[in-house]
Amino acid sequence: MSRTTLDLWVGFFVVIGMAALLFLSFRVGNLAGTNFTDTYVVKAQFDNIGGLKVRAPVKSAGVVVGRVDSISFDTQSYRAEVVFTIGRGFEFPRDTIASILTSGLLGEQYVGLDPGGDIEMLESGDSLQITQSAVVLEKLIGQFMFDRAATPAE
Amino acid sequence: MSGPLVVVRRLGAMVTDGIWRLGFAARFFGLMLLYSGQSFTRLHLTIREIYFGGVLSLLIIVVSGLFVGMVLGLQGYETLQRFGSGDALGVLVALSLTRELGPVVAGLLFASRAGSAVTAEIGLMKATEQLRAMDMMAVNPIARVVAPRFWGGVISMPLLAAIFTAMGVFGGWLIGVVFIGVDEGAFWSQMQNAVDFRYDVMNGVIKSVVFGVAVSLIAVFEGYDCTPTAEGVSRAITRTVVSSALAILALDFVLTSFMFRGTS
Repeated sequence: MSRTTLDLWVGFFVVIGMAALLFLSFRVGNLAGTNFTDTYVVKAQFDNIGGLKVRAPVKSAGVVVGRVDSISFDTQSYRAEVVFTIGRGFEFPRDTIASILTSGLLGEQYVGLDPGGDIEMLESGDSLQITQSAVVLEKLIGQFMFDRAATPAE
Repeated sequence: MSGPLVVVRRLGAMVTDGIWRLGFAARFFGLMLLYSGQSFTRLHLTIREIYFGGVLSLLIIVVSGLFVGMVLGLQGYETLQRFGSGDALGVLVALSLTRELGPVVAGLLFASRAGSAVTAEIGLMKATEQLRAMDMMAVNPIARVVAPRFWGGVISMPLLAAIFTAMGVFGGWLIGVVFIGVDEGAFWSQMQNAVDFRYDVMNGVIKSVVFGVAVSLIAVFEGYDCTPTAEGVSRAITRTVVSSALAILALDFVLTSFMFRGTS
């Protein structure tokens, strides 16, 4: 079977198509970016997670170190249980504080980790004891109004 | 014996005719899958169809992708900057292209550019009794003519959709970053944060494969099933374009409701 110019064009077409797919996966979809392959699992319970979603970033000092894996409701404690995976390269002390923060005024919510001072490091499956819930705007406004009503007018 | 009875009869004939055709289409699809071994053992048959269906559609796909992306850039920026979030333009362009516009518009263009040509070719072969002549020579026309055209379309369609989407993102970048002056870093980084490989890019690719199968099947079936006259061929071509477009839009709705349920 001899090669023809037709084969050349088809090869050219397939190469362009593959290049477009690669462009979509790496430049647009960020396949190589913050998907950690080697991870460990940490749990934390929050009173209120606000608008946190699965796959939201976990950041420490602003750097993405992991992703939220699952969110469920614990019927024993009536709190939200958030499981997240952290890249194997990032180690945190056992008394690390997890809080739910918002990027910008109206941005997406993420989990922020503030390292404590413990000598022992977190291991896979550990739970974080100290957590800080998301700020719910309605509660904040309610509190503010309540405070104003309580203080006598000057 | 006229008036309402005729209308009822015609209605019934239309329904039974539709069911006949549907059954024949299913049997035809099965036969084609059965006889498609030759499309891969004699690969040059399929490569020829990829050339006619895919390579020759490149120009229209590239140009329309570019323009769709550029329009998205203009319109998206116009709306987003009202809410002070012009930086999110990259997210808007990339998500709408990878999830919906890329596969759907590329599918519609592919149906009208390549699908109609396949129907015309097979229909004319039937009208000039070439298919019957092949049968006489103990050459199976489904294996020799129909299956390579089907597989050529199925292979070309995802590649064309990916090229369309990539060109669209490039067009959005051209308008957003180069002409309007959205910050380049924000454009790409917000896009990369928002677009997930499995959730957005892969689902778009799956959509384009499904559309490729649907469009190619409709095109080869309409050609094979056409009335072997000049008028019959022209009708078959019209039916190919119309029913491919309807099939793409309906399948897109079904797939979207399965894939993107508003979670995440």
